[in-house]
Amino acid sequence: MSVATFPNSGPVEVVGRLTLQLVESTGDLALFGLRTVRSLLGRMPRRSVLFPSMYQIGVRSLSVVMITGTFIGMVLAAQSYNQFRLMHLESRLGAVITMTLVTELGPVLAATMLAGRVGSAIAAELGTMRVTEQIDALRALGADPVNYLVVPRFLGCFLLIPLLTAIADGMGILGGWVLSTRLLGINNYHYWNYAIAYVTAYDVMHGLVKSVFFGAAIAVISCHRGFHCGAGAEGVGRAATSAFVASFVVILMLDLILGVLINNVYYVIWPGAISLV
Amino acid sequence: MQFQNRIRLAGAGPQGSPGTAKTGVSRCSNPGHPSRFLGFETTSRLPLRLYANSEMDSESIIELRRVSRRFDTQLVLRDVNLQVRRGETLAIIGESGCGKSVTLKLMTALLTPTAGDVVWFGRPIVHVPERELAKLRLRFGYLFQGAALFDSMSVYENVAFGLRENRKLSENAIRDNVQQRLQEIGLDESICDRKPAELSGGMRKRVGLARALALEPEIVLYDEPTTGLDPVMSDVINELILRVRSLRPVTSIVVTHDMRTVDRVSDRVVMLSPLSRLEPDDSQIIFDGTTEELFAAADPRVNCFVRGDTADRSVETTITQSA
Repeated sequence: MSVATFPNSGPVEVVGRLTLQLVESTGDLALFGLRTVRSLLGRMPRRSVLFPSMYQIGVRSLSVVMITGTFIGMVLAAQSYNQFRLMHLESRLGAVITMTLVTELGPVLAATMLAGRVGSAIAAELGTMRVTEQIDALRALGADPVNYLVVPRFLGCFLLIPLLTAIADGMGILGGWVLSTRLLGINNYHYWNYAIAYVTAYDVMHGLVKSVFFGAAIAVISCHRGFHCGAGAEGVGRAATSAFVASFVVILMLDLILGVLINNVYYVIWPGAISLV
Repeated sequence: MQFQNRIRLAGAGPQGSPGTAKTGVSRCSNPGHPSRFLGFETTSRLPLRLYANSEMDSESIIELRRVSRRFDTQLVLRDVNLQVRRGETLAIIGESGCGKSVTLKLMTALLTPTAGDVVWFGRPIVHVPERELAKLRLRFGYLFQGAALFDSMSVYENVAFGLRENRKLSENAIRDNVQQRLQEIGLDESICDRKPAELSGGMRKRVGLARALALEPEIVLYDEPTTGLDPVMSDVINELILRVRSLRPVTSIVVTHDMRTVDRVSDRVVMLSPLSRLEPDDSQIIFDGTTEELFAAADPRVNCFVRGDTADRSVETTITQSA
């Protein structure tokens, strides 16, 4: 289905067609995700397939997540400091940096890096396999391509993204702390005191739970794009790009939905609790 | 079924049709010169247990019944009826884009038809679940057009893949099997550790064939096995197709537009025409007969294809492009 095939269509038809296309691709993606989960429940992939995927997704992403985590913590400290100093609240910087990192920036940043580094690579690799008939070859040799190609990548993203998020959180907190206390002159005791006072285990879990959904979304979207890649080098390039773009959009959408949901759950469990603000 | 000592010479083809002996022996042949019945010259270095055409029977092991296939708005196959008989070597020929490879994928259920039925061993498979199809598909060995070797794996792992996935064998048994398959296609064990990217086109095809044969299939499908290869390597591949057939009782389906391959390996030839060149009621199969009948065909479309004659096609192309 392509708009380009109907150049003389009116705007209503174009909107209708795009809507149908959106519904169709969303449904297709959901079915692909269900197929992945069903395949995972039916048969676990072999270690020889799973571990290399986990290495590629987890270990190879470590450095980029650590570097970006550290810098985002420092940037957060540098940008927040001026605002908080005006209100004479700079001693609270530890709480703000830690809370922002564990609930929002850490998970979103780790997921974004994973989508960029791993998601695009997954889509390009599977896309190339599709274009060169390697996915057909898997089927011809009695292997289930979803179980063989998608499930290990899904598990890699799903299981390792909380660890990557925790590392991004940790490095961000470290970077923020170094900049705040060593360069901006904030008292070390106050920095940690407020951080520990305001940030609870629930907030840390908030970020980690969201990251699991981000990881699942990245894996399913990227594998889906690879499996449905168009012909030739152009198709592979487009699959890699669209895997990142779609993953990023879905990460932000999930971030909003899950953020609201998890906050509401918090107030249901502890009705009298007040927020940081 | 007795397979030994059944070399059949010209004139004793299936169903009484004229045929050629396509056994594990090579013939001096040239598509342009139909002297192909005359000489037999054994080039295979392996001991030949000859499985020849007489094992061919009328049993249809794959059948396409009024099969159509559409990709988005483009109809590629329309109401195609085709039977593949046990033991025969069927060549499917036709212009690029006429649906040859699609036909092969429909036959192996790697693609599903938009309409019509695909029948395996007398059983329609359209509604058979994929899990069951995957098991049945092991009776097929598929040599893909670009060999489709798994990039991330070594040659050894590629050939061993089907065995690891589907047979509970010890690593020693798998190693023996891989060595045997590589030997069968004339490759040295020293390439076992190489990655597909390090292999030449011909070697990739040979490894692809070894992988396809690892599970000892009943039916071997070759998708353009000689495309992109030099004439010598093309002949090596043709020889291997014959050798595979000489060593085991397989049914072979070869999709190609290489007339030398058709001439050397096939018993029966089916020619497909692109739908764009047909009237709405025309059959898409414009030829179905023996190799000899193909080379003697009176139909100008078949004749031009066999001889590589452009006829009026260059004008047609110009018109299409300008349109």
